[in-house]
Amino acid sequence: MTVLQSDMKLDGNAIGGLLREIFTVEMTNAEGTCATCGRVHAVGEVVVYMNAPGVVVRCPSCGAVQMRIVKGRERYWVDFSGVRCIEFSSE
Amino acid sequence: MLTWQLGELAELVQETPKVASLVLKMPDWPGHLAGQHVDVRVTAEDGYQTERSYSIASSPEDPRLAITVERLDDGEVSPYLVGELRIGDKVELRGPIGGWFVWRAADERPLLLVGGGSGVVPLMAMIRHRAAIKSTTPTRLLYSSRSQDDIIYRAELDRLVSRADGLTVAHTLTRMQPTGWKGYARRIDRAMLGEVAWPKVQAPLIYVCGPTPLVESVASVLVEMGYDAGSIKTERFGPTGG
Amino acid sequence: MGFISRGFRGKRRDTASSSRLPPGQYIVTDYPVLSAGPTPHIPLNEWNFVVEGEIDKPKSWSWEEFRKLPTEQVTKDIHCVTKWSKFDTGWTGVSMDTILEGVETAAEFTVQFSYGGYTTNLPLEDLTGGKAWVVFEFDGQPLHPEHGGPARMLVPHLYFWKSAKWIRGIRLVKEDEPGFWETNGYHNYGDPWREQRYWGD
Repeated sequence: MTVLQSDMKLDGNAIGGLLREIFTVEMTNAEGTCATCGRVHAVGEVVVYMNAPGVVVRCPSCGAVQMRIVKGRERYWVDFSGVRCIEFSSE
Repeated sequence: MLTWQLGELAELVQETPKVASLVLKMPDWPGHLAGQHVDVRVTAEDGYQTERSYSIASSPEDPRLAITVERLDDGEVSPYLVGELRIGDKVELRGPIGGWFVWRAADERPLLLVGGGSGVVPLMAMIRHRAAIKSTTPTRLLYSSRSQDDIIYRAELDRLVSRADGLTVAHTLTRMQPTGWKGYARRIDRAMLGEVAWPKVQAPLIYVCGPTPLVESVASVLVEMGYDAGSIKTERFGPTGG
Repeated sequence: MGFISRGFRGKRRDTASSSRLPPGQYIVTDYPVLSAGPTPHIPLNEWNFVVEGEIDKPKSWSWEEFRKLPTEQVTKDIHCVTKWSKFDTGWTGVSMDTILEGVETAAEFTVQFSYGGYTTNLPLEDLTGGKAWVVFEFDGQPLHPEHGGPARMLVPHLYFWKSAKWIRGIRLVKEDEPGFWETNGYHNYGDPWREQRYWGD
């Protein structure tokens, strides 16, 4: 089967469950400021590559890696260094 | 806390030759919003486990939870859910998930829903919610399918439109059209959106869902046409099994 | 054991005991595509492969120059950290021993770097001695961009994330520089036979 590159690309909605595990609250409507280009996007809008040894989240505006999430051996390894700031509800 | 729950398959509804809805009895369902999804987890006897996300098709008012699944020929999970699963079987899932691609009826802005293939599923939850609470929010669905036989929820959509309560549906069939077809017969493009979408001045709320190429193309065309990017919400569907 | 989905078998995964199968792996017959970003598309007339870093004179090959190097056909088993293994994969490429011929360096480590930004690190001795290739054909066909073409690394004795797709070059370094996945939970070395998947394994 030839997999089109565009087929491999999803968005933050696809990792809604994973982010709930990590943050314990709903995160798809959180707003993240890209550390590389400064633009703000809802997590639901960010580009997500899931067919990898881990999840890679990229800024939809500039393509820079915003987050990397690996889950294995009962641990998470999370790199958020591509997000300067994330804003979400405390309710 | 998002925990895994076991639902019981109560009914299987064949929507099209390749698509079926699984209607589940959930013992402890906390309720959901239109547009949210669930993660379904399947486990084989040797412990092999894999997950897939499916949009919730049922309205929040429905006492039973429905998901609509397209059976992919080379899929790993969909041929199991639509093909092997029997009434009475249990399905492990967690949810509801999603806070961004959701529609709350309190938002009275005119609604434009654009769906491709199984991307219509979360949009249908929105349409069903709207009908259940008898909302008259002006709503337009532009729905792209390969052929008439592939239109999911076709009869129900016709029925809801005939209520004449502010819902209209425009279909486009991209591969095959029946004789005498009066709808659109091509991929969604700027001209089609120009005819179907609410005028910019009405500041509609827009949801686009389907395969990544369709979602990206429609969203960027709408932005080019001058619709506020902040009012456009997108959800991409795609294969996630490696 | 938790809930079992009655009747679910999943894709064909052969776990029959085999001395060729590292622990925790299963055999697949298709060829899964894994990706951390958009597929780079590099026109051959712009493609370059370099060896740089702790080296007197960096080396560089254009596609034409690269294709003039002696090639080998190798058949190898590959093992992905996501648990699938594929036996008897056929490749055509240039041995790293050929690439590094005549290179004198004090470096003990290397970094593979790719078009698109991916990196992965290994000791220099894991790239030499007939253990690594820069390959451009899979099963006799030009390597498809989805699978890392025009050229990728092939280092089959380690988990396949250590074989960078869309390879752009090798940097020889004195100190180890963990790469894209090694800095985010994946094992620094990655030996499938010792099941070195994650930090601490």
